[in-house]
Amino acid sequence: MSKMIATRAAYGETLAELGAHDAKIVVLDADLSGSTRTGWFAAKYPERFIQMGIAEADMMGTAAGLAATGKTAFASTFAVFATGRAFDQVRQSIAVPGLNVKICATHAGLTVGEDGGSHQSVEDIALMRVLPNMTVIVPSDAAQTRWAVRVAAEKNGPFYVRLGRAAVPEIYDEEAEFELGKAKTLREGQDVTIIACGVMVSRALEAADALGAKGIHARVLDMHTIKPLDDEAVRRAAEETGGIVTVEEHSIIGGLGGAVCESVCSSAPVPVIRVGVADVFGRSGKPDELLEAYGLTAENIACAAERIINMKKTH
Amino acid sequence: MRLARVVLSDPEELAAKACEIRKHIVRMVGAASSGHPGGSLSAADIVTVLYFNKMRIRPDDPKWADRDRFVLSKGHAAPVLYAALAEAGYFPTDDLVTLRRIDSHLQGHPDMNQTPGVEMSTGSLGQGLSAACGMAIAAKMDGADWRVYALLGDGEIEEGQVWEAAMTAVHRKLDNLTIFVDWNGLQIDGPVSEVKSMDRIGERFAAFGWHVIEIDGHDIPAIMGAIEEAHETFGRPTAIVARTVKGKGVSFMENEVGWHGTAPKPDQVEAALEELEGSCKGGVA
Repeated sequence: MSKMIATRAAYGETLAELGAHDAKIVVLDADLSGSTRTGWFAAKYPERFIQMGIAEADMMGTAAGLAATGKTAFASTFAVFATGRAFDQVRQSIAVPGLNVKICATHAGLTVGEDGGSHQSVEDIALMRVLPNMTVIVPSDAAQTRWAVRVAAEKNGPFYVRLGRAAVPEIYDEEAEFELGKAKTLREGQDVTIIACGVMVSRALEAADALGAKGIHARVLDMHTIKPLDDEAVRRAAEETGGIVTVEEHSIIGGLGGAVCESVCSSAPVPVIRVGVADVFGRSGKPDELLEAYGLTAENIACAAERIINMKKTH
Repeated sequence: MRLARVVLSDPEELAAKACEIRKHIVRMVGAASSGHPGGSLSAADIVTVLYFNKMRIRPDDPKWADRDRFVLSKGHAAPVLYAALAEAGYFPTDDLVTLRRIDSHLQGHPDMNQTPGVEMSTGSLGQGLSAACGMAIAAKMDGADWRVYALLGDGEIEEGQVWEAAMTAVHRKLDNLTIFVDWNGLQIDGPVSEVKSMDRIGERFAAFGWHVIEIDGHDIPAIMGAIEEAHETFGRPTAIVARTVKGKGVSFMENEVGWHGTAPKPDQVEAALEELEGSCKGGVA
């Protein structure tokens, strides 16, 4: 857990590697290829890189047209533009026909940092998860990002892969294996379950360690695939631990927390506390300052877990 | 065994085919009691020339890799596309009257996963040109010689994405891309000139760097000639700006904005078919 690497960097590296093996891969970007790291693919395979300029709607439609001819089209820009600015294009031209477009969006969430609320997507998971045919992955570290990009390239159909700007700790080694739609269990425990995704997984582990010091055994799940959600893991968590804390760098409405609540309601209803952005937009600041300011901390996760345990006692 | 594809080269035969397509449009929209006859009828001659004269297609092999592609960006004109596809042999003409029914493959707006020959799912306006650009870029990447066509409405080009895509097509020198603007002058809320003053359409595309050809969109030899000119234009895409009449061929629908999205009643279907029958015999719609 010592090395720090941004998931966008792991994306850029993996994409450039995949380009060598799969000639069907084409990459589109909307004037942010330096930031999204698609520029690394562009440098190696300029003939398969399509610079769209500042035109996200056109980029999504063009990606759809490329996919309609048999290409595997990766389209990248910041998450706020990919999902918000171009929502109708993602819906009509990509999700409705189920075309083979991989929307790999970077700079998601508060950890965009200094650019502020205009650039911090707190709603993108909700927007993408609600679309039929769309698979949604939120990788937590570099190794998981490499897997997510490979699985997106291999499987047919629309994918949304949510990536971050800031460097995050490595959680997994390169040999770690992941399965689409299957949560990764990082800590076993019976007292409470913490379900996290993306940059918050490492903080969920810190919270579990803090709880452990108090004799509380928290199960920790890395829910990298938001859709299709691992309903079985959620049900087991509910039945075996009696309560759930969800943690995400996203609004508490409609994202991982929303998905887990929907799932647990129809299988094994138990208390759920959602740790996330509390239905507000972001602001400027350093990534760590922002996570602190919006309550996305290990302390808050641990506190929520203890509240869940108290709720279990009073029920 | 490959079925012989119908290719018509005589303008009078093409006009007769366009007339058959107009009759299908009236019948299918009438049978569905909903749909968009006006903008389907205005585009009938253009779509007929594409499917029965200019496009390289194999109706019995809809996914043939080297086929030309057609994107109906103004997806509400689905009836004209379905009628042309059925007449070309992609599926039985008997299917046409199932338009918009719960068990039909003919959705209210084109669905590429349900209807053989539909190349792109459209319906939300302004998106088809981007998809057509993507297809044309793919052909260039692969060194393939198939071409891409798209049909846009004059109201539709009020959507900003159209102009994003117009820039893309020029920037990438997509001379394998040809679009038609079906300039029938009417949109749902009234004349286009009153809704958003979308005049001088040709000049707008020319200013973006397109090769522009302005024609009468019901003049079949002119449509044929414009497509041939597009084929001989290199280094940039071609926009064929076609002056058309909304509801063309059915006098009580012509230039009447109310027929944008209203289905004819049974007696109106009868009257329309009778009128079209007469003009079919006359050879030119």
